[in-house]
Amino acid sequence: MSEEKDVLILAIESSCDETAAAVVKNGRDVLSNVISSQIALHTLYGGVVPEIASRKHIEKINQVIEEALKEADVTLDDIDAIGVTYGPGLVGALLVGVAEAKAIAYAANKPLVGVHHIEGHIAANFIEHKELEPPFFSLVVSGGHTHLVRVVDYGKFEIIGRTRDDAAGEAFDKVARAIGLGYPGGPKIDKVSKEGNPEAITFPRAHVEDAPYDFSFSGVKSAVLNYINGCQMKGIEYNQADIAASFQKAVTDVLVANAMHAVEEYKVDKFAIAGGVASNSALRAAMKEACEKKNVKFYYPSPIYCTDNAAMIGVAAYYEYMNGTRHGWDLNAVPNLKLGER
Amino acid sequence: MRILALDSSGLVAGVAVLESENEKNDAQTIAEYTVNYKKTHSQTLLPMLDEIVKMTELDLSTIDAVAIASGPGSFTGLRIGSATAKGLGLALKKPLVEVPTLEGLAYNLCGCEGLICPIMDARRGQVYTGIYTCEEEELHIVEGQMAISIEELAEKLKNYDQKVTFLGDGVPVFKKRLSEELLKDSEIRFAPAHMNRQRAASVGALGMRYYMEGKTVSAAEHHPDYLRVSQAERERAEREKAKGESEGEK
Repeated sequence: MSEEKDVLILAIESSCDETAAAVVKNGRDVLSNVISSQIALHTLYGGVVPEIASRKHIEKINQVIEEALKEADVTLDDIDAIGVTYGPGLVGALLVGVAEAKAIAYAANKPLVGVHHIEGHIAANFIEHKELEPPFFSLVVSGGHTHLVRVVDYGKFEIIGRTRDDAAGEAFDKVARAIGLGYPGGPKIDKVSKEGNPEAITFPRAHVEDAPYDFSFSGVKSAVLNYINGCQMKGIEYNQADIAASFQKAVTDVLVANAMHAVEEYKVDKFAIAGGVASNSALRAAMKEACEKKNVKFYYPSPIYCTDNAAMIGVAAYYEYMNGTRHGWDLNAVPNLKLGER
Repeated sequence: MRILALDSSGLVAGVAVLESENEKNDAQTIAEYTVNYKKTHSQTLLPMLDEIVKMTELDLSTIDAVAIASGPGSFTGLRIGSATAKGLGLALKKPLVEVPTLEGLAYNLCGCEGLICPIMDARRGQVYTGIYTCEEEELHIVEGQMAISIEELAEKLKNYDQKVTFLGDGVPVFKKRLSEELLKDSEIRFAPAHMNRQRAASVGALGMRYYMEGKTVSAAEHHPDYLRVSQAERERAEREKAKGESEGEK
């Protein structure tokens, strides 16, 4: 039997505030995963400033790519294709990665594969779970996205549910700011919640009428803000940890409830979470417990693959590449790119 | 030697290839592609390069450097050009030559008598501009590029008391005020249509000279010179300043 040649993807990700590059072998083995984070910079402004993010991307991108190649111990000649996130995300930030990837692919005479950022987040699960293959269900939760997705096949998705207003991670950031925890909200609420009582305050669990899989998080966010205002008006000191824990519980309950509803309706046997909020410890624990109860195999990526990274883009690009996806030199950034769109 | 030049600092997207056999004075443009159309540079720049490469049977690995209009200009436009130049530099292992946008623009009018004054509409009541002269292919920087109001610029120009030729996308915005009000007693002219906007060939011609003077940067080092901080940074600095002042009053 002849051995098949390895396929190496160089992947680039710059959709928000991380400049990242990675080399991935055969869609499953991460040879390098370099991330230059800008979090410290944006903390000054209480959130990501698009223009500052774009400026940082262009300053760092070549170093990040060169480090990814070096760490993987390969040169551009060894690479089979260039994968790049072209949406969704901040347009100015995306454009840096897209223009860079196109120029490298063009000059090095390599195929170009544009990747959907959410497809990347879902694909992050393939890195550490070699046995995981479609079909399965996925809950993608991050600062910009809340999607309940049916993964039909590699590169083939059906969105079953989505948020009607705020993304889950966005609600975490806003609440964190309101209770004085600052940016980034997700990890900070997670940490503080460990010292709080999740049953202390009952915040609403919103269900969207006629759309059992959709989410709405603006209500719970407003309820937290109202609660704080109420305390302040009455001159009562509120308990930061209790608010954080109770808010986190309210969000987690809805995410798990909708996910489990889908598990029953679609007779799902594998479930994977993805995105920045997938590293939230309460969500992981609750999803794990709920999946075990229903005899569903539960998957989640390590935190390093939950945050924005290029390894996950390399994995998704590999499957797109094998499916024959190729993009032209006119590839543009698409800030509101829909999952499954080409 | 061979230079690839890119300019996407304004509404124009431009790509050019220039060659020179020996020293400075026999340089020529092999190909130039200029598009002043509403499509984004992200969609046009690389296909334009591809067209030039095919048309002139160019082997990209034979270029010596990539010259890039390095700012100021539209923030996003600058970054598309810079990321393209950086990607090419990385893959081809070639250095970059940074050509300040206003210098490249002024070089369009090389040989023109008197002062050359490119103006780009910078919004917020300002222009990106600079004051230059250019003789025998040598660009002299009288005043380096800056972001100032059109009134300030007019005052500066009056003091030089020389003939001035304007060009750039700031001309349609300020032409009337310059000729009828601000500089009505001065001798001023405006560049014609084939040389009044960014041209990649000018960036390449000037870039070739800078390259020969050893003025190169690595692809990794290069980033645009915006001449301005971001809005968020500006507003933050203003808040900090106001805070400092109010604390000083206490």
